[in-house]
Amino acid sequence: MNNAPYIRPMPASWWLRQGRYVRYMIREATCLFVGLHALVLLVGVYRLSQGREAFEAFLEALWSPAGQLISAAILIMAVIHSVTWFNLTPKAMPLWIGEKQAPGWIIVAAHYGGWFVVSVIVLLLAGGLS
Amino acid sequence: MSARQITLEVLRYRPESESEPVFQSYSVPCQKEWVVLDALNYVKDNLDRTLSFRWSCHMAVCGSCGMVINDNPMLSCKAFLRDLPDHIRVEPLQNFPIERDLMVSLDDFMDKLKSVKPYLIPKQPTADPDGTYKQSSAQLKKFKPFAMCINCMACYSVCPQYGLNDGFAGPAALALAHRYNADSRDQGRRAREDVVASNTGIWECTFVGACSEVCPKNVDPAAAIQQTKIASTVDYFKDLLMPSGRKIAHPEGDTT
Repeated sequence: MNNAPYIRPMPASWWLRQGRYVRYMIREATCLFVGLHALVLLVGVYRLSQGREAFEAFLEALWSPAGQLISAAILIMAVIHSVTWFNLTPKAMPLWIGEKQAPGWIIVAAHYGGWFVVSVIVLLLAGGLS
Repeated sequence: MSARQITLEVLRYRPESESEPVFQSYSVPCQKEWVVLDALNYVKDNLDRTLSFRWSCHMAVCGSCGMVINDNPMLSCKAFLRDLPDHIRVEPLQNFPIERDLMVSLDDFMDKLKSVKPYLIPKQPTADPDGTYKQSSAQLKKFKPFAMCINCMACYSVCPQYGLNDGFAGPAALALAHRYNADSRDQGRRAREDVVASNTGIWECTFVGACSEVCPKNVDPAAAIQQTKIASTVDYFKDLLMPSGRKIAHPEGDTT
């Protein structure tokens, strides 16, 4: 017939073909929720600039059932985002001690340690521990 | 010794008679120590001599027999039947044009390999009187895992970024570039950066990580690419802060 090499098309649903691609897409999609959280914070700052009443209305909206649902979704997705990326860090930043490469869990643990320290600092600054 | 009957469902493409590939099934009596390549050779020798596929060493060294077996790209000489079900689907590597049956076109891959200058680019000839470039075992360890690639192309087959954009240099070529960049005898990183640190190089990679999962030689191209991203970012900021320091380490860098 045509004697030409055959190029198989790549369907838009390629990521549904294997579990590894689905997991990858979930990891990537979590960033949308991290972005959404940034947006919520920006709206909060904007409402603060409009005065006390506006900011209190914003806080009230956050505590509404829909607001709580969105916050819960953001929290879950942000945790998935952080955990999946932390688990990949040993590939990007291998640690060499002399002639030996340190085990990956040390690098992952260092990230969790950093996360914990930063979280405590943020909570202290926000007065959350008082 | 009793034979186990398996069904090999092979994707066939005969460009002189077919406009698109079709599956063809073969019933193959297999010995328990066989690999998929043995079953394919049984078909070729006894059932259908028109079946085309590449192979050479039969010991996971040459990289010729890469194909997709039950949705996973692997070396057919390393795919033991004892680890597989009775129904095995064999396809050519994904993301490459099929030339015939299980054979895909290698041209693009070969061009990608060449484009990253996969050879030592020393800053200046060695001062060692015997003409060699000395290296310690510690320096060797830094890049040795990335030097184990056998060009089987399994990583390209499973990489969606390459499937979506064949301009992407791809996992094996970028891992090979990192292998030389990380070699203490080499100062050619700047000479490779036009290809490696570009939008069709490392920055096209979104760290799916599938390449490292399927690599039969544990090369870990995903790690190589992420480490190159960090080195490239450091280079970028160095150039930004110290433009005068932007001197090509080797004349080859000027020619690209």
